[in-house]
Amino acid sequence: MKSLAELEVIRERTKKKINVSESDGNDIRVVVGMATCGIAAGARPVYDMLIEEVEKHNLHNVSITQTGCIGICQLEPVVEIYAPGKEKVTYVKMTPEKARRIVTDHIVNDTIVAEYTVGSVVE
Amino acid sequence: MQKAQTTIPFKGTKEQEEKLKAVITQLRDEKGALMPILQHAQDIYGYLPMEVQEVISEEMDIPLEEVYGVVSFYTQFTLNPKGQYNIAVCLGTACYVKGSKEIFDAISDKLGIGPGGCTADGKFSFEACRCIGACGLAPVMMINDEVYGRLVKDDVGKILDRY
Amino acid sequence: MIRSHVLICSGENCTSSGSEKLISAMESEIVKKGLADEVKVIKAGCFDLCSSGPNMIIYPEGAFYSNVTVADISEIVEEHLIKGRVVKRLLHHDFTQEKTVSSLNEVPFYQKQLRIALRNCGVINPEDIDEYIAFDGYRALGKVLTEMKPEEVIDVVLRSGLRGRGGAGFPTGRKWQLARGNAADQKYVCCNADEGDPGAFMDRSVLEGDPHSVLEAMAIAGYAIGATQGYIYVRAEYPIAIKRLRIAIDQARDYNLLGKDIFGTGFEFDIELRLGSGAFVCGEETALMTSIEGHRGEPHPRPPFPAVKGLFGKPTILNNVETYANIAQIILKGPEWFSSIGTEKSKGTKVFALGGKINHTGLVEIPMGTTLREIIDDIGGGIPGGKKFKAAQTGGPSGGCIPPEHLDIKIDYDNLISIGSMMGSGGLIVMDEDNCMVDIARFFLDFTVDESCGKCVPCRIGTRRLLEILDKIISGNGEMKDLDRLDELCRYIKENSLCGLGQTAPNPVLSTLHYFRDEYLAHVVDKRCPAGVCKSLITYEIDPVKCTGCTLCARNCPTNAITGTVKNPHVIDKSKCIKCGVCQQKCRFSAVIKK
Repeated sequence: MKSLAELEVIRERTKKKINVSESDGNDIRVVVGMATCGIAAGARPVYDMLIEEVEKHNLHNVSITQTGCIGICQLEPVVEIYAPGKEKVTYVKMTPEKARRIVTDHIVNDTIVAEYTVGSVVE
Repeated sequence: MQKAQTTIPFKGTKEQEEKLKAVITQLRDEKGALMPILQHAQDIYGYLPMEVQEVISEEMDIPLEEVYGVVSFYTQFTLNPKGQYNIAVCLGTACYVKGSKEIFDAISDKLGIGPGGCTADGKFSFEACRCIGACGLAPVMMINDEVYGRLVKDDVGKILDRY
Repeated sequence: MIRSHVLICSGENCTSSGSEKLISAMESEIVKKGLADEVKVIKAGCFDLCSSGPNMIIYPEGAFYSNVTVADISEIVEEHLIKGRVVKRLLHHDFTQEKTVSSLNEVPFYQKQLRIALRNCGVINPEDIDEYIAFDGYRALGKVLTEMKPEEVIDVVLRSGLRGRGGAGFPTGRKWQLARGNAADQKYVCCNADEGDPGAFMDRSVLEGDPHSVLEAMAIAGYAIGATQGYIYVRAEYPIAIKRLRIAIDQARDYNLLGKDIFGTGFEFDIELRLGSGAFVCGEETALMTSIEGHRGEPHPRPPFPAVKGLFGKPTILNNVETYANIAQIILKGPEWFSSIGTEKSKGTKVFALGGKINHTGLVEIPMGTTLREIIDDIGGGIPGGKKFKAAQTGGPSGGCIPPEHLDIKIDYDNLISIGSMMGSGGLIVMDEDNCMVDIARFFLDFTVDESCGKCVPCRIGTRRLLEILDKIISGNGEMKDLDRLDELCRYIKENSLCGLGQTAPNPVLSTLHYFRDEYLAHVVDKRCPAGVCKSLITYEIDPVKCTGCTLCARNCPTNAITGTVKNPHVIDKSKCIKCGVCQQKCRFSAVIKK
């Protein structure tokens, strides 16, 4: 990194990629909480299943990314989905089976699976 | 706390010793290299018997009592070989208030060994550990790298039977 | 398998407004759609919202529908039960807001939080430096190196009012200023990531979720004090944090954000990782540095302070992970922004690891000055099982237990000390009526005795004597004079120990003795443990009125301490009872009482 301008280039480029909520494209960003607590609660098989399902459905607009602790240990594993022009959706207490349904219902058919969201367990 | 010396004879191999010497050569000139070298040595041998400490002392030109002083100071360093499966029950605060002591006692009873011990067949070793940071799943225990959470006393037998 | 429950109110008012018809309509619709095996209709008691009846709740979503008519049934079944979409137009207006929540940002757990140190945790991929950069990463370092003098950086940190998040709360800018003022050929910037408090995992979360924020801040600190080398001392028990730190350091070196000539300014800075090996005392700054040097991690007296003579005898600053995680934001948004958050003497936010007897365990970041009650009730969702709050423990083995009467205190460094606890690194453990405070004090003492390094007598021997007195009380042999002895010994240890570990070790005893003296008295005088925890002081008895003589307890008792004949009340022989509690667990009639 020789200059601030160089940093700015990376910043702009990556921001576009990450900030799908504000973009008008059709990219979807899926993040899986994979800090110690998430992994201990079983985030890895969920992550693997998401990747497998997204590949199976040939969804080139979907990126699956690991992230750190989202903060709600009790509800791990946690998966969050960001889509253009929408509030993010938080899915909790995930299992590989639930992950499969989220790919088909939410990502492919654009229907939030209400009973898996954080709203179903937290009042 | 006094650390128990092992009575199990040392069975280090030539390869292990070569690996250790390579690590020492690589790290020797770094500042404060003793700790990283001991950590590598424990990865290589699984524990730090006197024989290994002697090699390190000689190679590093640090008196053996100083090496032993460091080894005995830190709880992560062990003078005892561990079992094939090492069980660590978290006795951190969050787990403790949720009853991890009961889990701890149940395992101790089931295996017939106390903390720091190893079963006669070398299959299980058993220890208490401080918070492993999975407080949301309290009480928890780890068997090698596998974490078991939200434990109740009756689960313990079933989990151990799987190994 | 039943996946949904439909509760339809059959209270008097709803029945009069037609809930009977709803129930039969719902049942037949469910059968028609082939959901009879998956959905169960339940006639429920009154929901207390009679004015909007007939009312209906569908679980697991907990959707509360009101003014439902027979005409709505098919839509509810089709949309909600089959497609999983809540029928918003029928939601009771009081519930519209929270029952349609699907994003974490909308739940109370998040709304009261303010995320500065945790801003990127759970948002970015910690193993991708580009994502950190996308969220303004390394811009603060760029700004500092190209636009600011070291003195200006220190001035900004000073004016922000940031205090050390590791426990004691020393002003961070002041620390940097002292180190800058001492000329030397080499200086060091250290990061304390040896998070030893049992029940605390704030630093782990930052390292696992946003490692670059620490690296960037350390480089800024290096520029400010004139150091070129940094060390991160991280617990070996955190393998994932270590792995992600290693990746982050490599990536930062690749981008030349660590190394020589950073941003073409000639500034040089690099970072090395050192692993702790499980010694709590190494969280103390002088002990930590001795450990990095490769020795037994024993503390030494101050002065000389590390800012004068620290690591390898050179001027050194040591800050903890969370402190560093605030730095870049302070540089970018300005000290005035940061100091506008919090209380008069404690600025910014604090991360707490919420654990113990609380509904929503987890990691929360709140502005200083939030009350304990807000954290426990609003963010933490209260205590499970309708139990009563007894105490909140902050500061780990160095802190104290806060009783219910102080729930409304505004959390900051000084207020917590004034009530006999301390901020500590941020563990916050909630305890309810089932926790015995003498047992909790003993738990922490057991920890301190184990972790005392043994260098100074007050800590090494004093804490052991404290533990022995507590054991005596717990086993039912306590005398009144033991309480005075505890108090006296605590004060002696506090005043005479060499380092922070010993100086704070008596806090759990002192605070419980102060706020929960009645529990100590119950143990000592009445030989009774009110919470039913201390085994020597509890007895199990069978209530002859409730006992049906089913013999289940007697068959399960491991020591055959229970006798009695079928259909007649059973009795526990106290001399044989080992207080394992199996009888109480097995009894279906709650006839076994723990006293």
